[in-house]
Amino acid sequence: MERTAPLIHDMLRPNKKFPSVWCPGCGNGIVLGCLLRAIKAQGIDHNKVALVSGIGCSGRMPVYADFNTLHTTHGRALAFATGLKLARPDLHVIVIMGDGDSLAIGGNHFIHTCRRNLSMTAIVVNNKIYGMTGGQCSPTTPVDSVATTATYGNIDQPFDISHLAAVAGAAFVGRSTVFHVRELENIISQGLNKKGFALIEAISNCHTYFGRMNRIGQAPDMLKWMKDNTAPVLMDPEKRKDKVTRGVFVDKETIGFLQHYEQLVEKAIKNKELLKQWKQKREHKDDEAEEQAG
Amino acid sequence: MGVKLESKPISKLGYINYQEGNIYYVFHQGNETCAEAALLAGCDFYGGYPITPSSEVAEVLSRRMPQEGRVFVQMEDEIASMASIIGAALGGAKSMTATSGPGFSLMQENLGYAVTAEVPCVVVNVQRLGPSTGGPTSPAQGDLMQTKWGTHGDHPIIALSPTSIQEVLELTIVSFDFAERYRTPVVLLMDEIIGHMRERVGYPRKQDINIFERKKYLEPGEDYKPYSLDYDSDVPPLLSFGEGARYHVTGLIHDEAGFPTLNKKEVTEWYDRLYRKIDKGLDRILLYELYNMEDADTAIISFGISVRVGLEAMQKARQKGLKVGMVKLLTVCPLPEEMLRQVISGVKKVVVPEMNRGQLVLEIDRLNKTGVELIHVGTSDGEIVRPEDVLKALED
Ligand code: SF4
Repeated sequence: MERTAPLIHDMLRPNKKFPSVWCPGCGNGIVLGCLLRAIKAQGIDHNKVALVSGIGCSGRMPVYADFNTLHTTHGRALAFATGLKLARPDLHVIVIMGDGDSLAIGGNHFIHTCRRNLSMTAIVVNNKIYGMTGGQCSPTTPVDSVATTATYGNIDQPFDISHLAAVAGAAFVGRSTVFHVRELENIISQGLNKKGFALIEAISNCHTYFGRMNRIGQAPDMLKWMKDNTAPVLMDPEKRKDKVTRGVFVDKETIGFLQHYEQLVEKAIKNKELLKQWKQKREHKDDEAEEQAG
Repeated sequence: MGVKLESKPISKLGYINYQEGNIYYVFHQGNETCAEAALLAGCDFYGGYPITPSSEVAEVLSRRMPQEGRVFVQMEDEIASMASIIGAALGGAKSMTATSGPGFSLMQENLGYAVTAEVPCVVVNVQRLGPSTGGPTSPAQGDLMQTKWGTHGDHPIIALSPTSIQEVLELTIVSFDFAERYRTPVVLLMDEIIGHMRERVGYPRKQDINIFERKKYLEPGEDYKPYSLDYDSDVPPLLSFGEGARYHVTGLIHDEAGFPTLNKKEVTEWYDRLYRKIDKGLDRILLYELYNMEDADTAIISFGISVRVGLEAMQKARQKGLKVGMVKLLTVCPLPEEMLRQVISGVKKVVVPEMNRGQLVLEIDRLNKTGVELIHVGTSDGEIVRPEDVLKALED
């Protein structure tokens, strides 16, 4: 694992004031660390990374990272990212969202982005609650859990983010937790390399609201909960029953939206000279992207 | 009576240099023309969601964009469409979407984002009747105030409204120029009649169009500030993502570097510049034409398709010996307030035909400091305003 000090100097913005907006012990910092290490390990040029986020505690991540960064509106990060990626296929577009952000207000964009299968990497930080607005119920809050808008316990069924992404057509789906740091980093790395849409669910802790209101305790207690209540998907199903599974659930070879679009353009362009120019432009961008990826 | 003011027609901008012999004439629909004009203006990216009466814009571009090696994508809804064109614009694309009433309502959220983050893009709204699902797809001009104030919070915006298919072509091109030049979303406010009507249009060649192009490269050693206060124009040049500057873009109020701030001084500086950049551009942005105003004691003021009604009523009134003039507004946001004040104070009566229950007339009323008689001739039943009704208002 990359040592922390050089990573900070290399990947974080020198002109940003620390400490961060996050509560001490929040899982958001761990997810950001995993992402930065994964990007660094692959040697991707910072100029070619676009980090896009929605609204919420996780949405503040891009402000600290030294890339092209885009903090969008609530729930819409994937739609902004889609436009950006289509305009600039040479950029590595990475999207960070929270569970409320991506699945409640952004649910429609979530399923359609999975379906569209454009090569981007999205990370959903799933802490089962709205942290920034003060502990309201989210689409992943478990039944009977307490939130400020579910004072008698939540009665809505939660989404399983990873399964939703899988059935909606994402090329890559994986899940880990902020306790399983190496595993999470590894899954993010795989996602960054994927052609097609990669969705990574990072189970995280909001001890300030979810942990406190549901009497789970502080950050360490919540990390322990992740350790005790999750299991690798490859484990014997009998042994892991009642546990949340971790690992890679989907890893498909797909053509991806961009390549499909390129085929379509080749069919549509009638002017031979224009077609030649267009291909050259694309190849140039591909080369650049490959060079970046090393 | 009357006012001697010069028109500020589109031709004054000098963006299109029509070359006799090199104009390609076609009998085209407004929506088709809007799509073709976007291609001429260099639109690289279209993200949209189908809705009548604007769908032909998307249909034509779904066929034409791939032919040109550019991007067309059908998004999952209008919220996503608006988001996608902002993302694409930050990637360096000239981008556009087209919609109608219900879709325009959904776009308001991210339209405000484009204003705040100062991202150039073009939004076409082919207006239809009524609030909610309303009366599809009868025409109306009921979205003027929504265009001005639809997204929350104080903000400036530019909106242009064509009155003919040739003007659809020209104002689409102008929209892309204004969007890039002033780093702002520009709304092209059409209506169902303009969108679906067919007229003879003369297309210029691409090389005969000369509009503002984003040309920002990072200088060696430059500390790029996307929201710098240091430019005379108050429009800091926009550098696309991926060009080496690694800056931050947000819908939060931000400092010169783009980082969120609630510092009162920085908030005020940001807000002032947002307004000032448009104010400084007014000489270019405000487009209008005046007809027979020199000796007029009555003025018709209108926009969009209702201008055609007004012009016919003016002619009929002139035949009857009435001294009637006409103001055709091409820029509807912001309004040419100074010109309008002069017109209003130079006549005895002002008549405002528009296909709504009274929107432009409220703005005219606001500018009417001399208490000139003001008559609104409106429709809100899906029918165009009738010239006879305007004539009656002129005669009364
Ligand atoms: S409120 Fe919760 S999610 Fe937000 S920073 Fe604090 S612990 Fe993290």
